[in-house]
Amino acid sequence: MTAERSTRIPEIVRKHEADILADWVLQQEESVSRRRDLISDQELQAQSREFLSLLQSAMQDGGFADVHRGAEWAAVRDMLGGISRTRGIQGFTPSETATFVLSLKPALFSRIRDELGKDAGALFEELRRADELLDRLGLYTTEVYQKNREQVILRQQQDMLELSTPVVKLWDGILALPMIGTLDSARTQVVMETLLQRIVETGAEVAILDITGVPTVDTLTAQHLIKTVTAARLMGAECIISGIRPQIAQTIVHLGVDLGDVITKATLADAFAAALQRRSMGVTRLAAPRA
Amino acid sequence: MDRIPILKMGEFLLVTIQVDMHDQLALTLQDDLTDRISRTGARGVLIDISSLEVVDSFIGRMLANIAGMARVLDAATVVVGMQPAVAITLVELGLSLPGVRTALNVERGMGLLRGAVQDRVLEVSDDGRAE
Repeated sequence: MTAERSTRIPEIVRKHEADILADWVLQQEESVSRRRDLISDQELQAQSREFLSLLQSAMQDGGFADVHRGAEWAAVRDMLGGISRTRGIQGFTPSETATFVLSLKPALFSRIRDELGKDAGALFEELRRADELLDRLGLYTTEVYQKNREQVILRQQQDMLELSTPVVKLWDGILALPMIGTLDSARTQVVMETLLQRIVETGAEVAILDITGVPTVDTLTAQHLIKTVTAARLMGAECIISGIRPQIAQTIVHLGVDLGDVITKATLADAFAAALQRRSMGVTRLAAPRA
Repeated sequence: MDRIPILKMGEFLLVTIQVDMHDQLALTLQDDLTDRISRTGARGVLIDISSLEVVDSFIGRMLANIAGMARVLDAATVVVGMQPAVAITLVELGLSLPGVRTALNVERGMGLLRGAVQDRVLEVSDDGRAE
């Protein structure tokens, strides 16, 4: 703590705040990673000024080591987090986002040199501290950036899971479930639950599982399908699997997958016809209209 | 001791499971049901499990066993009203209850039983005519 207290960086920053800001903004504008198409000069200037003043007050009150946890650094963290998020959305790359903090180095270092140029030992010590601090903050922005990306991916995954398993009512007592995308265990579980729930709600007798949108069928996928069919049968509804493409039919036979006594049809239309027939219904052509 | 009531409706037996099944109860039901089928000469058994929310492998096997025993005694079995969670559990346990007819509710189950019994009668009369 005594070492922390002896640092002159906060004092130097306070003294030269305007100069550092000007240098820093210039540095950012010159830097290759600067994206004029994504952020305006005014915005950049405002962000830089706010960050510098927050940084200064945080340095005044808190030690340099607890950037990630210290209460004094909360404001700086919030600000960086916000910048990281918005830049992530605006389309900045992680390195461009981290450059925002890292490009402060030259401006800050040259001020420190001006102040402490005579005392090599103290100069080195202060530079090391400033370097470490800015590195930590830079890493923090990258971390937030990454976390945001992961959240986006997670949300999209969930959306896809829900969107990709709609249960459609085709006719009175006939449900259809067009499946799109790879069938893994998690999805099968969702498919099974939604299908069974809809069977209870609608009292459907026939459910058509359409796998036209399933790119590949391996033994595991087939197993999942059979499970779904069996569960529906246990509840008293019959399942028809449709949309089996020629390649998939070949794969199923080559793999030696036993689809048991599951009814399979080539197309959804065939399956629908079979379902209607099972319910003692049919489609007839109306008398041709007179020309 | 707890017992699950078995109701007689015409030529069918109706079993409604309204309580949580424990193993002894299941065994008693098996005994009672086979006894009733042979005594009444019932043609069909309808088991309503719509209030059953928890199953284990034992109960699942018991359902399959009852169906098997009923078939030996010349009665068709229909299990009706299985909850989605129960169906998923049974499938995950690997109990697909082959040979057991299923229906969504009691009404449809009854229809299924009538159909099954009628088919059998028709088969018999067809055979009779053929000879």
